[in-house]
Amino acid sequence: MSSLSSARLKRSIALHLFLTPLALIWLFPLWMMVVFSTMPDNGIFSPGIELLPHGNFVDNFNNLQRDTDFVGAIFISVCVAVTYTVLSVLLTSMAGWALARYQFFGKSAVVAIILGTITLPYAVVLIPQFIMVARDFQLANTWVALIVPPLFNSLGVLFMRQSFSMMPDDLFDAARVEGVKEWRIFVFVALPLARPMLAALCIILFLASWNNYLWPLLINSQPGSMTAPVALGTLIGLTKVSWGGIMAGAVMLTVPMLIVFVLLQRHFIAGIAAGAVK
Amino acid sequence: MRYRNATAYRFLTPYLLIFAIFWVWPIISSFMISFQATRTVPWRFAPGFNWGRLIGDPAFFNALKNTLLILVIQVPVMIALAMVMAVLLNSPLLKARGLYRFAFFAPVVVGEVAYSAVFRLMFSLDFGIVNKLLNSIGLPKIDWFSNVTPAMALIMIAVTWRWAGYNAIILLAGMQSIPEDVYEAATLDRVSKLKQFFYITLPLLKPVIVFCAVLSIIGTMQLFTEPFLITERGGPGGGTETLGLLLYRQGFRSLNFGYASAVAYTMAALAIAITLVQLWLTREPK
Repeated sequence: MSSLSSARLKRSIALHLFLTPLALIWLFPLWMMVVFSTMPDNGIFSPGIELLPHGNFVDNFNNLQRDTDFVGAIFISVCVAVTYTVLSVLLTSMAGWALARYQFFGKSAVVAIILGTITLPYAVVLIPQFIMVARDFQLANTWVALIVPPLFNSLGVLFMRQSFSMMPDDLFDAARVEGVKEWRIFVFVALPLARPMLAALCIILFLASWNNYLWPLLINSQPGSMTAPVALGTLIGLTKVSWGGIMAGAVMLTVPMLIVFVLLQRHFIAGIAAGAVK
Repeated sequence: MRYRNATAYRFLTPYLLIFAIFWVWPIISSFMISFQATRTVPWRFAPGFNWGRLIGDPAFFNALKNTLLILVIQVPVMIALAMVMAVLLNSPLLKARGLYRFAFFAPVVVGEVAYSAVFRLMFSLDFGIVNKLLNSIGLPKIDWFSNVTPAMALIMIAVTWRWAGYNAIILLAGMQSIPEDVYEAATLDRVSKLKQFFYITLPLLKPVIVFCAVLSIIGTMQLFTEPFLITERGGPGGGTETLGLLLYRQGFRSLNFGYASAVAYTMAALAIAITLVQLWLTREPK
């Protein structure tokens, strides 16, 4: 018995000896992001090794705001991400509900097409989307352009379909016997029951919109209409730019999401894992 | 289940409408655009114009080569690493599990621009912390941005850092859905942990691993932000230019939509080929 537990102890030590350095390497870029954001530019570009935060964050932030209107860009990003999340949750849960709870003509075709788009590169739709939104609809540099085209997503619908189809039939049938309309059953019975799944979906969708880069880069390229990642991206590679400022911006984009991640870790992980495990 | 066409489509319509306008039509449209000469006004139908150019374009083959090289090296390394993370995070012997999970999963929430900026700074030649640390343990500095091989390695390191934890989450969920009693029976039969991994975990997890691999391949195939921001528009001298970057340059810098659409459809063809391989790999044994 004691030899067994000492073998376990050895295995446990080996496990931690391997995993700890790996975890530190993985945390290192995030840690350095915070450190850089608190260092003056001449400190970032000095020969010494600096691994601890300084006190220069506010100056860096002011430099960033001088280089680009980052506060304005954050405002756009927040509004767009919130609107996008609300609309997208509504669309995907309605579609997921229909696919989970009704039998209808063309159902298997709809499911097959949604599944097919998972493996279709976004690049294929990018150019016509751009031509349509910018030239045909004349909507470049508007919030609508940022919110509406990305509303289609396939994993969200499959996730909601899965969530609704796991609910017992009797719940809904009882309401139907009472003569309750289908949309009321959806809103007042199904959605409240799906709250944990909706939370997971909200987080994933908000994050996707918050971090989205390529589409906003293309469609909202005017300075006053850029989202925060795009505004920050325009500074990377410029010669006369405050790198401490860029890092302050990176921290402002990242740290709120890290806090959300820590607080809602379970929902987060459920949302990501739902893609694969059916 | 009830047959209710009208009700079902009422719930589906908004979603399908967005899908039709912003996906179905563009898929058709970009196929047609790829057969048009788009730098004349009006555009004219010229079937061989873009595709003919594509076949003889060294820039296309350079981008294709770089993309495939990243795919072939980065995806297997990342999936293997994600597997290691998932197995170890799943170990009952692990203490302070939450801290380790945070370390590996945190990159999932970090945006492409933010982490590209950090990696660029960390790997800079003279003042980058990575070269300083290499120097301090007696290794020579590496010029990550002016030579092709280190620049490609840097792209792969960055993508792996960003996505390994994401795949580990999916793999971990897959592992946790394998029933515990399978392992208990194996342990009673004195099957070693290592053998349990190779003969129980891996085979049962195969569909999940293939799913991760396909998602990663399709993501990496469209790689854009990292070579755009970290190695400065695919530098040095096109050494890290990817298909995604070529599409961006052709479509949105030169405004050559026809040629960019041909590049996009090449990516789609690769994706379809990879999906078919996936279906073949995960087919039900007869």
